[in-house]
Amino acid sequence: MPSSLPVTRLVRRPDRGWLGGVAAGIAEHTGLPVRRVRVLFAALTMAGGLGLALYATYWIVLPAPEGARRARMPRALEVGLFVVVVAGAAAILSTRFGFAGLFLPTLLSCLGGAVIWRQATVPDRELMLRRSRTSLGAPASDRMGRARLVLGTVLVLAGAAIVLRRADVSAVGDGLLAMVVTIVGLVLVTGPWWIKLMGQLGAERSERIRSQERADIAAHLHDSVLQTLALIQRNAESPREVARLARGQERELRGLLYGTRPTGGTLADELRRAAAEVEDAYAIQVDVVVVGDVPLDDALAAACAAAREAMVNAARHSGAAAASVYAEVEDDAISVFVKDRGVGFDPDQIAGDRQGVRGSIVARVERHGGEVTIRSTKGTGTEVAIRMKR
Amino acid sequence: MTTTVFLVDDHAMFRAGVRAELGDRVDVVGEAASPAEAVGGIRRTKPQVVLLDVHMPEGGGLAVLRTIGSSMPETRFLALSVSDAAEDVIALIRAGARGYVTKTISAQDLAAAIDRIADGDAVFSPRLAGFVLDAFRDGHAAPSAEAELDQLTPREVEVMRLLARGYAYKEIAAELFISIKTVETHTSNVLRKLQLSSRHQLTRWAADRNL
Repeated sequence: MPSSLPVTRLVRRPDRGWLGGVAAGIAEHTGLPVRRVRVLFAALTMAGGLGLALYATYWIVLPAPEGARRARMPRALEVGLFVVVVAGAAAILSTRFGFAGLFLPTLLSCLGGAVIWRQATVPDRELMLRRSRTSLGAPASDRMGRARLVLGTVLVLAGAAIVLRRADVSAVGDGLLAMVVTIVGLVLVTGPWWIKLMGQLGAERSERIRSQERADIAAHLHDSVLQTLALIQRNAESPREVARLARGQERELRGLLYGTRPTGGTLADELRRAAAEVEDAYAIQVDVVVVGDVPLDDALAAACAAAREAMVNAARHSGAAAASVYAEVEDDAISVFVKDRGVGFDPDQIAGDRQGVRGSIVARVERHGGEVTIRSTKGTGTEVAIRMKR
Repeated sequence: MTTTVFLVDDHAMFRAGVRAELGDRVDVVGEAASPAEAVGGIRRTKPQVVLLDVHMPEGGGLAVLRTIGSSMPETRFLALSVSDAAEDVIALIRAGARGYVTKTISAQDLAAAIDRIADGDAVFSPRLAGFVLDAFRDGHAAPSAEAELDQLTPREVEVMRLLARGYAYKEIAAELFISIKTVETHTSNVLRKLQLSSRHQLTRWAADRNL
């Protein structure tokens, strides 16, 4: 015995047969001569129509092999023959079994479903199987599924109502059954089409979202980055201005990329916002480090405003290119430090017209129960320390 | 003797800029644009300090550190990044880098940082110091065999606070009435804790990045 027999599947051979290629397929599979198989089908048809029914069933059920050539006859003729064979089989069977009113619609529904199923590609079939498992309990997010469920229920109820009103009660049983069967058939026939439509809609929607995001980013790059680059080219002779523009753009891009754009409402957000404003206004680099964070209240807002004033002073008077801001939230208080390495000054000799330090920083913080310490040494820089009770 | 330095960054323009800025202050013995190139170049030139870009294709600076970090104890790594999220850098620190600075650092500060790294000390940017304070802030330490690793001493907290406030080592020494050498000892200890502690704020970054 050969160790491995080739596994052959029973398939139709529409390229070889006369009708649907069923006889040719069976002959190829069993090794019998084609003619003998055909005679067998004919004989069975004579003997009460079984042959025709079998042929129709095989035609529906058996797949044509992958990549097989089309049937030798024209497509229209093939379809016509298919209908004739199937209808003939149905007629014979229905007279045999005698309950045509129920039998025919059932058969037609099943045939319709089978045709759709056979025409569907493999991924489509997987999709159908998956969807049909969940369509009854469609989640709220599946609006199409919900709509289908509601519509179907309404139709079924309406149909039932009509039947109950029209029919005499004895026929209700059969009538209802027939209707249910018809509805199932309709669902089977149109279901795959709906599923395909839904799939396409979903794909279209996600594609639309993607292209919208791309458009947003492109718009942002155009509005801010390209504008900034143009400004930088025009200000190329002023390094300070170039640094200011680049720094502001960097901050904005970071906000876009890492989602760190301050939304307001907390100590860290407020300090970063103040630092950004000072950077933009005075062409100084302000690095902000915050440890912990708390929501803003009046006292903390005052502390932030004072810190902002200290940054402005560093930018205007210190001559330094950078300042650092450090804030830490402790259990009972917050501390904010604003430090620069500029020229420094003597805190005891603040000129009378320098209202910034006295009014905007010290008085503002003390009004809210906080305290300010200013340390400055000529030549090495200034540090303003703000402490505010929580 | 000037410090030998190896540059690893995928942007040629940045490497050229650093070379020009550092000028005679250090001796640039080689540069590489990718982790694979860097591993070969560093093994060959045996520099004292490697300036390592955090974000590069093919695994970034982390790939370089993982490959040769432990096999070359004489070579020290300083992480460079444009990202101001210190979280990105924690992975490199825990893989063995001795410090982290942002690419906007001035040439003078960068040269100072390189010298400090070459001497075996640690380099903290204000933001990294802030992150350390955040990570070691409260008592959420995971149970650890070495509890000492999971807490900063009060002195170390003070040093980190001053670093976060923008103080230089010299200024910290003056502020706390200690020597610069002592400041360096404190920062080195903090670096060791940062690398070895099992605090969840630190291990979380590790877990997020499959370290």
